[in-house]
Amino acid sequence: MPARRARLNLVNIFLWVFGGAILALSAWGAFLTLSEGRISPSAWQTLIVAGVALGSVYALIALGYTLVYGILFMINFAHGEVFMWGAFTAFFAASALNDIGMIDASPLLAFLLVLLTAMLVSMLVAVLLERVAYRPLRGAPRLVPLITAIGASLVLQYTARGFYGSGVRGYPGFGLFGGTVELGPIRIDVVELVVIFAALALMFALYFFINRTRTGRAMRAVSEDKDVAAMMGINVDRIIVTTFAIGGLLAGAAGILYTLLFNQVHFFMGFLPGIKAFTAAVLGGIGNIIGAALGGLLLGILEQVGPNLLLTGYGIPSPNQLQDVIAFTVLVLVLIFRPSGLLGRKENV
Amino acid sequence: MQKYMRWSGLLVVLMLVLAACQADTGGSSDPSADESTPASSEGAGGTADCDADEFGCVEIAEGDPIIIGTELVITGANESLGLDSQYGAEVARGLRPDIAGHEVEFNHQDDGCSAEGGTAAARALVSEENIAGVIGTSCSSAGIPSAEILSAEGVMLVSPSNTAPSLTAPETHEPFYARTAHNDSIQGAAMATFVCEVLSLTTAATIDDGSPYADQLANVFAREFESQCGGTITNEEAITVGDTDFSGVLENIAADSPEFLYFPIFVAEGALITQQAKETSGLDDTVLGGADGYFTPDWLSAAGEATEGHVLSGPDLAFAGDFYEADFLPAYLEVSGTDTTISVFHAHAFDAYNMLADAIEEVAFTEGGTTYIPRTALKDAFFAIEGYEGITGTLTCDENGDCADAKISVSEVQDGEFVRIWPEE
Repeated sequence: MPARRARLNLVNIFLWVFGGAILALSAWGAFLTLSEGRISPSAWQTLIVAGVALGSVYALIALGYTLVYGILFMINFAHGEVFMWGAFTAFFAASALNDIGMIDASPLLAFLLVLLTAMLVSMLVAVLLERVAYRPLRGAPRLVPLITAIGASLVLQYTARGFYGSGVRGYPGFGLFGGTVELGPIRIDVVELVVIFAALALMFALYFFINRTRTGRAMRAVSEDKDVAAMMGINVDRIIVTTFAIGGLLAGAAGILYTLLFNQVHFFMGFLPGIKAFTAAVLGGIGNIIGAALGGLLLGILEQVGPNLLLTGYGIPSPNQLQDVIAFTVLVLVLIFRPSGLLGRKENV
Repeated sequence: MQKYMRWSGLLVVLMLVLAACQADTGGSSDPSADESTPASSEGAGGTADCDADEFGCVEIAEGDPIIIGTELVITGANESLGLDSQYGAEVARGLRPDIAGHEVEFNHQDDGCSAEGGTAAARALVSEENIAGVIGTSCSSAGIPSAEILSAEGVMLVSPSNTAPSLTAPETHEPFYARTAHNDSIQGAAMATFVCEVLSLTTAATIDDGSPYADQLANVFAREFESQCGGTITNEEAITVGDTDFSGVLENIAADSPEFLYFPIFVAEGALITQQAKETSGLDDTVLGGADGYFTPDWLSAAGEATEGHVLSGPDLAFAGDFYEADFLPAYLEVSGTDTTISVFHAHAFDAYNMLADAIEEVAFTEGGTTYIPRTALKDAFFAIEGYEGITGTLTCDENGDCADAKISVSEVQDGEFVRIWPEE
C-alpha cells in the first residue's frame, strides 16, 4: 500500500512538473512575442474579437452536449450534425429568400426568418434523433448509445450529402452585416458583433429558462434523480425530449451564425466544430452550463490568439498550423490540474 | 422482441448465403480466364514475354472489355478538379472506344484528394487483376501513395493533374508513374516571373495547407521570387485543411504588409482565405494569388465578390488549337452537362488516355483469342513516347515520367470570370 501511494505521488509530481514547464514555456513565448512587437495592438484586438465570435458559436454547440450529458449522462456525438443541418437549412432558406429578393428588400426580417427556420429544423432533427436513436436504448449499457450516436452522425452526414451533394457551397450573405463599426478604440466587423450578441442573448435566454421556469425546474430535477423526479409527477420522457429540442435550437442558431462568419456550407462541416464544442464542454466541466459557455469562449480565443502569441516568439515556422495543438494542450493541462473541468462538473444542470 | 431477433438472425444467415453465392459466381466467371491461360501457354510463343516480364501480362479474353482505372477526386469540395479530368477521359473514350480490339470499360475510383483516399483507391484498383492502366490521381497528396502501390504491382499510373515536383524527382519517382500535367517547378517559376515583371512587386508572403502540392508549389514560388528579381518573402505560413477561421494566419502576415499573397491551396480553404484576407486591415492593397488547385467556378461562387482582381496560374490552353474548340469542348459539355469547363485539367486527361491507349496498342499481342499486355513493356513504351501531338501540346516523356509540354498562363478574375491576362498570345 505505501509503495502504491509513492508511485501515485511520482505520477502526480511528473504531471505537475510537465504542466509547470508548459506554462513557463508559454509565458516566455508570450513575452518574446510581445517584446518583439511585430504584431500591432489593433491586430491583437482583431484576433481576440474573432476568437470571441468563433468561441460563442462553439459555446452554443457545447451547451447542447452539456445539457444532454447533464440529464442522460451520455455524449450525443451526433450533435455536430444537428448543427450542420441548421447551417444547411439556413443556406437554403437564405438562397430562397435571396431569389425572391427579400434579403435586399428587408434584410432584418429575412435574417430572423432564416434564423427561425434553421433553429426549427435543427430542433426537429435533434428530437427525431432522440426518438429514433436514443430512447429505444435508454436502459442499455452506456457504450450502446455511444455507438448509435456515431451511427446516427454518419446517417445525418450522408443524408445531407445525398440531398445536397458533396461540394462546398457559397452563402448568399446579408448585406446588412457588412462593414465594420468602431467601439471606442476597437474596430469590429459587424458580422462578428451580430454573432457575439446573438449567442449571448441565446445563452441568457437558456439560463433564464433553466432557472426561472417550471420546465427548467423539472429539467434540473430530472438531472438530479430521474426516478425521484418521476415519482414527483414529472414526465421524464417529455423533459428529455425538451432537453434535446433546446440543444437542437441552440445548434441551429449556431449553424446560421457559423455560416454568417464563414459563408460556406458542406456536408462534413459539423464534424470539426462538433469535436471542438465537445472539447469546450469538457474544458468548462461537462454538465455545467456556464462551464460550457466559458469553455467555448476560451477555446475560440485560444485558437485565434494562441499560436501567434505563444509560438511566434520562438521563431517557429507557420505557427498557425499548430492552433489545434495549443487548444488541446490547454485541455490536457486543465484536466491535469482540475480533472472535472474549469468550473467543475455539476451533477444537476 | 425475441421474434424480431429470430427474424433478424435468419436475415443475417440469408445474407451470408447470398454473399457466398456471389463469391461463387465471381469465381465461376474466372474459369473462362483460367481456360484461356492454359490454352495460350500451350502456344508458348508470345506468352513467353509474359513469363519474362517481371509483372506478367494483363490478359483479356476475347469479347471482354479492357479495363482502365481512373483515380480522381470526384466527391467533396474539390470534386470539380477530379470530375473535370474524368469528363476529359470520357470524351477521349467517346472518340476512341476500343483499345487493342477491346471495348474500354472505366473503373472510377475517388482519390479523396488525400493520402488516405489515394491509398484506398489504389488498393481497390490493384485488386482488379486485369487492370490495364490508371488515369490519376487528381491531387499530389493522393498521388504519392498511389504511385507506390500501383508501381509495386506494375500498373501504369498517368496523372492529368498532379503537379508536385517530388513525384517526378529522380530520388522519389516511382517507376510506373508518369504525368501529362506540368511540373510545379515550372508553374511556381512562371508565377514568380509574372509577379516580378508584370506586377512589379517586391514583397510577398505564402500560405500552404501542408499538402505536397501546396507546400512544394509555395516553396518553388518563394525561392524563384527571391532569385528572379531579388524579392523579399516576408512570411511563409501554413494552415490546416478543414479549418475555417484564418484570422490568426492573416494577422500574422499582415504585420509585414506584403504586396503579394500567394496561397496555392484547394477550394474550401482557398475561398475562405480569399474572403478573410479582404477583411484583414493591413492586407487592403495586397494582391491575392493562387494556382490551379482552386481554378474552378466553385471557388468563384464560394468566395463571391472577394475574388475580384485575384490572379491565378494554371495550364495554358490558349495553344490548344482548333480541335479543342471545335470537337473537344462540345463533347465535354455534353458529357458534363455544364455550361463551361469546370476546371483546367480535362485536356491533360484526354491526352493521358490517348497516350496510354497508344502505348497499350504498341505492346499488346493476341494469342488464341486472348489479348496480352506485358506490363513492363507497356511502361517502357509509355516512357519512350516522343513528340506526341496532343491537345496540351507536343508531349515527350523523360525518364522520370514528366511528359508535359508545360505552358503556364496567369488569369485574373474580372467581373466574376477568369480572364487570361499573361503571357500575351
